[in-house]
Amino acid sequence: MLKLTDPEKAMLDGRDGKARQKAMELLVRYAEALGAERFVDTRNVAGVPGSANPFLQRYYAGKDADGLDAIFSYFDLDSDELVEVPSALVPTYHLQGGADPRQWQTLGVPVDVFRNHQEREAFAARHDVSILKTCTPYLVGNVPAKGEHCAWMESSAVIFANAVLGARTNTEGRESTSAAMLTGKIPDWGLHRTECRFGTHRVDVETAVESVMDWGMLGYFVGDAVQEHIPVVVGDFARPEIVRLKHFGASASSSGGVEMYHIVGTTPEAESVEMALGPNRPVAQFTYGKAEQRQVYDRLNANASDPNVDYVMLGCPHAALEQLEEAALLLRGRRVSANCHLWIFTSRAVDAEARRLGYVKAINDAGGVVLTDTCSAFAQAIPPGTKVAALDSAKQAHYLPAILGVQAWFGSTRDCIHAAVSGRWSGERP
Amino acid sequence: MTVSATIVLRGRGVVGGRAEGEALVTREAIPGWGGVNPQQGVITETHHELRGQSFKDKVLVFRGAKGSSGWSAMYHTARLAGAAPRALVFNEMTTKVALGAVVMRVPSVTGLDRDPLDLIETGDWVTVDGDLGIVEIHKRK
Repeated sequence: MLKLTDPEKAMLDGRDGKARQKAMELLVRYAEALGAERFVDTRNVAGVPGSANPFLQRYYAGKDADGLDAIFSYFDLDSDELVEVPSALVPTYHLQGGADPRQWQTLGVPVDVFRNHQEREAFAARHDVSILKTCTPYLVGNVPAKGEHCAWMESSAVIFANAVLGARTNTEGRESTSAAMLTGKIPDWGLHRTECRFGTHRVDVETAVESVMDWGMLGYFVGDAVQEHIPVVVGDFARPEIVRLKHFGASASSSGGVEMYHIVGTTPEAESVEMALGPNRPVAQFTYGKAEQRQVYDRLNANASDPNVDYVMLGCPHAALEQLEEAALLLRGRRVSANCHLWIFTSRAVDAEARRLGYVKAINDAGGVVLTDTCSAFAQAIPPGTKVAALDSAKQAHYLPAILGVQAWFGSTRDCIHAAVSGRWSGERP
Repeated sequence: MTVSATIVLRGRGVVGGRAEGEALVTREAIPGWGGVNPQQGVITETHHELRGQSFKDKVLVFRGAKGSSGWSAMYHTARLAGAAPRALVFNEMTTKVALGAVVMRVPSVTGLDRDPLDLIETGDWVTVDGDLGIVEIHKRK
């Protein structure tokens, strides 16, 4: 049975206004669906409040005077009544979305769609939402502390917050994060609770896992193996740093629904196998050897056959500063083929720093483009005529062919830059 | 003599209400954003066993939800587009499927006393009572 505190009851009774009442009503329906017994307080919300794709824009057109509160009322809060939307009650961050504010035409975004994105962004900003516009909030200033209760969307950010930072969040959705923004409440269920954070499955790594590509492939294997459960990864590998962990988690939350993992000796709740498992005995054990690595590689490359690459996309999840530096170095003295495009996606904050350091200029001088706010899968934007893409992200390789019907090669960042320069894929199976 | 091919399962109601329809069953988890076309109600994920199939107006019987945090928004959109399933029956509770069921506003049941994936086949007629947490299976054959 869900128990509410007096302030929560007051919100539900409408004493803090209609919008907060509707937000609380949605959170109560959600908590009851989960079987949660209470809410936790959160002061760290990451979502996409009030954003709209053309479908939602059309669907809600004319449903209120200025068209702005309707989407938040009816869609974000799933309310049957139009409400006046107040500012965020707790710190709230806007994740990726929309289009690059300067180079939206490069993405092929129609002008009316771009204007809608701008309007929706202004709406969020007016409601005190911090406009990070990235899937990697943890790289650009929103770094929750260990044990902090958050309400985050974006599966690759959720898994990073839980596993790498030791913060506590389930994979929230559009509606629950927008409701949390107005109430500072989220159901106390799943990964908010200590007993739900221990490992359930064991994965023994018995082949070399070194590069970012290697960690992406391992993540893809692990997600497929454990689905929505919690893997404990054990092996004799060098301690992975942020970019490797970013790619590992993004992969594991794409091939499966992993929201939390332990890497023994690396992640904060896994100083030992015993600590990672807590009271659990692993329900299954998987071994990741050379054969499994090759299977993952083959699966990620399964729909590619044409070696002529039209488009190389990097920056999924959004590139860290060091990844833009790496791309700039790999492109030094070379030029992107006339038959190919190179787009690299990152956050506005990393883009600004990369411009200051000259990485963006170096990439531009070689014929590449650095874009912010979105990515090809999210914006459904690829260079016109693209039939074959090359990607260094297992997550993007998972999504892009399904979303846009293109062939996709998967390999290392080096393989991808080489493809951009030569126009041909020559990545090698590990 | 009456022949009753009805099987009754009991579990926990997730979203209330009562609906019935033809079952669409998968042992795989169901994807959200990036793996589904919400306006047509079709699964699009490359490797999924239901790729190309529509869940519109079906009773969707599945293991659980996976993938993007855009899960609820996709199925919410499917509801607006008139392409949502009529009811949900699933095994693994996650925040994705809970929120998705809530905003789809369709009767949903989980935690059943026998595995619905063993007992329900695609094409069976299934009644879902989300208030009582009961699923009735009327076998096609």
